[in-house]
Amino acid sequence: MNIPRNQRFHSWLPFYTLLQKEVRRFIRVASQTLVTPVITASLYLFIFGATLGERIQLLEGFSYAQFVIPGLILMGVINNSFSNVASSLFMSRYLGNIVDLLVTPVTPAQFILAYTLAAMIRGLAVGIIVWLISGLFATLPWAHPFAVVLMALLASFLFAQFGIIAAIHADNFDSLAMYTNFIILPLIYLGGVFYPISILPPFWAGLSHLNPLFYLIDGFRYALLGVGDLPFALSFGLAFALAVCLFGWAAHLINKSHRLRN
Amino acid sequence: MTTPALDIIHLNKTYNGHHAVDDISFSIEPGEIFGLLGPNGAGKSTTINMISGVTRIDKGTITVFGYDNQKAYRTTRRMIGVMHQEVVIDNFFTIDQTLRFHAGYYGIPDDPQWRTTLIDRLGLRPHLHKVMIKLSGGLKRRFMIAKALIHKPNLLILDEPTAGVDVELRHTLWEFIREINHQGTTILLTTHYLEEAEQMCKRIAIMNHGKLITLEETHRLLQQFGARRVMVRLNRPYPELPNGLDAFSVEPLDPFSLRLTLPNQMTVSELLIVLQRLDLPIVDLETERAGLEDIFLQITQSKEPT
Repeated sequence: MNIPRNQRFHSWLPFYTLLQKEVRRFIRVASQTLVTPVITASLYLFIFGATLGERIQLLEGFSYAQFVIPGLILMGVINNSFSNVASSLFMSRYLGNIVDLLVTPVTPAQFILAYTLAAMIRGLAVGIIVWLISGLFATLPWAHPFAVVLMALLASFLFAQFGIIAAIHADNFDSLAMYTNFIILPLIYLGGVFYPISILPPFWAGLSHLNPLFYLIDGFRYALLGVGDLPFALSFGLAFALAVCLFGWAAHLINKSHRLRN
Repeated sequence: MTTPALDIIHLNKTYNGHHAVDDISFSIEPGEIFGLLGPNGAGKSTTINMISGVTRIDKGTITVFGYDNQKAYRTTRRMIGVMHQEVVIDNFFTIDQTLRFHAGYYGIPDDPQWRTTLIDRLGLRPHLHKVMIKLSGGLKRRFMIAKALIHKPNLLILDEPTAGVDVELRHTLWEFIREINHQGTTILLTTHYLEEAEQMCKRIAIMNHGKLITLEETHRLLQQFGARRVMVRLNRPYPELPNGLDAFSVEPLDPFSLRLTLPNQMTVSELLIVLQRLDLPIVDLETERAGLEDIFLQITQSKEPT
């Protein structure tokens, strides 16, 4: 046996490998990671697009299906970006195989980028499939296509960061589930997926302005339909600022926190 | 002077006020097999985790072949391969896929020839397409060694590599590790099987309660603490122990046999003369040296902190 020692180090190979592993991980369990969220979204589409939706009109000039589809697409993007990184990273910590990564030359930036990008790919894949299926119920005008892409990318990035934070802070499965059940779900449902904030009484409308999801959903709906409760620049600006803050927090956890390298 | 493979200087780690590693310093020479021993909770795994980067260092420095493992962590981590004590499972990928990923994490493109060598030498070929959870305990250990070596590290750290492994596999693993060492890989190992450390290691450090209490060449350690004992068998039962054997801490084993501890400078032939003078008819004689096991107990017990 002869150990070959002359080997070249490829600085970004650790990143590509981790990204590839993360993407292959969710594809391997596609029935849970892609099919289930698409079925859930399709059920919503069926209920609000084909049944109830025909009896509701909230926005002048648009059917209820058209109103609700942007929110449902974004809901798929958000949920799946979050879940991908939260479950993968938490499981790695829980099972202990995270040490296999911690002993390698993967930099903190590569670590965050790989997990984030894989989460964004899953979130956006679900979003695209939901959008394709939504074509059965309504067509969307795609008023500002560039802004559509921008908001979807921003939403998936933001929730990937939140997923990293949750995975590193959670100590057990219950606390991880709490992030989904007590933070993400209420924020989504109260963030204007199913109704415009403008129809709420002033107090609840004011409270909804504290919900970061409101800005993402409103901005995304504006980009797709051309109408929204807020100017697009404000929605995008606030969501962007929040994404930067969460990225900083996630970076701190990966880089300095004792929770990962205790 | 050659650069040490590993140089640890005043290393400290505290968990909630408890000194898991308390100001330890030692170096390992390139090409050496170095044993780090100690009872459970002595701080061995914490030390290893600080070397490999899993645990943050509170105080002190660690250099690997001259590179600081905090400032130049990308360089040092590439040089180190670690086999952790705990078996960690990844249920998503087969062991073949995991090995390929692992090389990539180290920034090394897949080297099929080296991967094949590891797979074959460690007997993993029939199991390549299984996920790790389906492997037996011994196979998991072998796979973990392959994973630690996939990027051809210069320093291989083995934390209890043979824990829970049957005798035959232990033998195979050590043979393999010796071969890796002959190829120029420096080895740091911890083990609970002290006879393994005795056979494998050139030098041995013993830790207890987070402190380094002994660091010595293995043969010196055995010389220093390893009292020789002689078992003699007589051709008739002795009614009572004759006087004149006080210096030998005699232990009667049965009516025909005695165990004597030989004073440091005395030879066996001198002992035989003494026994002949006392008219003890010897049929058989067996000498034994205190193993590392006894030494380890002597040292850890005598140096208990007060």
